[in-house]
Amino acid sequence: MNKRRIAGVALFLIAVGGLLGLGYQTRNRSSAGGSITTVGSTALQPLVEAAGEQFSGDHLGVFINVQGGGSGTGLSQIQEGAVAIGNSDVFAEEQSGIHSHNLVDHRVAVVGIVPIINKEVGLKTLTTAQLQKVFDGTYTNWRELGGKNVPITIVNRAQGSGTRATFEKWALRGHHVKTAQEQDSSGMVRSIVSTTPGAISYVAFSYANKTVQKVAINGVTPTNQNVTSNKWQVWSYEHMYTNGRPKGVAKSFLNYIESPKIQSTLVRQLGYISISQMHVERDVKGRVTVIR
Amino acid sequence: MDKIKEKLQQTSQATRSERRGRFISFLALILILVVVIAIFWFVAAKGLATFFQNHINVWDFLSGKTWDPSVKGANGKPEVGALPMIVGSFLITLLSALVATPFAIGTAVFMNEIAPRNGAKILQPVTELLVGIPSVVYGFIGLSVVVPFVRHVFGGSGFGILSGTFVLFVMILPTVTSMTADTLKSVPRYYREASLALGATRWQTIHKVVLRAATPGILTAIVFGMARAFGEALAVQMVVGNATLLPHNLVSPSSTLTSVLTEGIGNTVMGSLQNNALWSLALVLLTMSLFFNVIIRIIGRKGELR
Repeated sequence: MNKRRIAGVALFLIAVGGLLGLGYQTRNRSSAGGSITTVGSTALQPLVEAAGEQFSGDHLGVFINVQGGGSGTGLSQIQEGAVAIGNSDVFAEEQSGIHSHNLVDHRVAVVGIVPIINKEVGLKTLTTAQLQKVFDGTYTNWRELGGKNVPITIVNRAQGSGTRATFEKWALRGHHVKTAQEQDSSGMVRSIVSTTPGAISYVAFSYANKTVQKVAINGVTPTNQNVTSNKWQVWSYEHMYTNGRPKGVAKSFLNYIESPKIQSTLVRQLGYISISQMHVERDVKGRVTVIR
Repeated sequence: MDKIKEKLQQTSQATRSERRGRFISFLALILILVVVIAIFWFVAAKGLATFFQNHINVWDFLSGKTWDPSVKGANGKPEVGALPMIVGSFLITLLSALVATPFAIGTAVFMNEIAPRNGAKILQPVTELLVGIPSVVYGFIGLSVVVPFVRHVFGGSGFGILSGTFVLFVMILPTVTSMTADTLKSVPRYYREASLALGATRWQTIHKVVLRAATPGILTAIVFGMARAFGEALAVQMVVGNATLLPHNLVSPSSTLTSVLTEGIGNTVMGSLQNNALWSLALVLLTMSLFFNVIIRIIGRKGELR
């Protein structure tokens, strides 16, 4: 009886102790300088993950923790100083609740965004005015635009998503849109558009594959080339924010991502557009200047 | 003599171990209490900030039809009308409970009264299996099977209350079934014997005696299922369409409290109005589940077998 009890208590202590020990061994050593955590934008996540893996391969004992959570989470976490780098699809100035003066912006890539429609609709190009009237509900059937006789189904990304913000700002020119169904990931949006007759939505270039029809706007085709010259205006920077000037691992990791090695390999392989390819620069107010 | 006296005055080992046991269970109780209170306090503090810090009218919040927290409405206040989500949540919950109840009662009656041996052997494991399926799997099946089916049969985009109902109906069915079966099992055997002895048929016995005696328990099971349906997030979010619109019909995209919460929380910043508004939705959810608990309590107390 007594032996069994002692064994039970011992087992319990070992289990708790083991758990704590494991937690201690694998604890986040960001303060020790061994690893850092980045959090935020899911659109940027694949790039940071891949770059982080390569970075750890080159620097022994250094780990880059990459977490999603959305641009809003990235910006609020970096503002609170909870993480080393906060990833965002939008400028910190554009996000409400963020005091951007402390945050330092590092633009690591550009993402083009394209309207996609179901293949059955039979349209390949739309004008800005047509897009606006599709998304505000003026048009309800593709027939009115010269397509097949199918009702229009709008699929939006979630409120506050960086892709949606960019699309509404640059493709719809800030035009008010009607409330429609929302999905919280690009992959989901694509699969819904590909299977639902008459569906329209928008995704980053890298998500627009053969299952859906990409739509040209005002006759401009959605290609990387057109993004770099700003002929295709629906694009956004991918930002990595630090709180104050980056230090230590964060600094070397940001340098690594911005280095030609990564910009010319990983960035392109994963469907982003490299910053160095851009012929124009756009500031937070939307003013475009040509880079010489 | 002294030895005996000493032994009598000392606390015995049994007493000590009982005290220790009482202390440990008391600690566990305190821990759970602290966690529950902390959750309530946190959600309430965050959720009420919408009304006290951002000065949104509570009534506007509960009855407004437009949900667009980053846009200012006609009255200069941000548009945080939660009515579409509240209506959506209630509709889905009620409909799925309505569909699930007859199936659950039927299965439970079959398992307990009609074919206890085969029922227990086959149906029990099957319903228990249903409980164990993760909700994301239900959502995935809903997305790839139910949504296209609803689209083909009823038109529209396939996303909406109806698809949500179909998915939730399967999800709450095992809960309601197994609880109903437990209640039927607890109906005393002599009720049935007395009924049969009076010349009632088996159907009459089940209908008039067993089900009647088990009614409070069955009601509790239904409310339990509704509480689960009300709180389910992931599977519903995948099939309901998440449009913050009052549902025109059962196949138009709409939203629930949970779907808007899971979708929006990552895109907002702690402390901003958009974030606080989501916490207010969470507060509504929490209040509702509290309400469901209270109902279960009341039914349980009123309907005890006498």
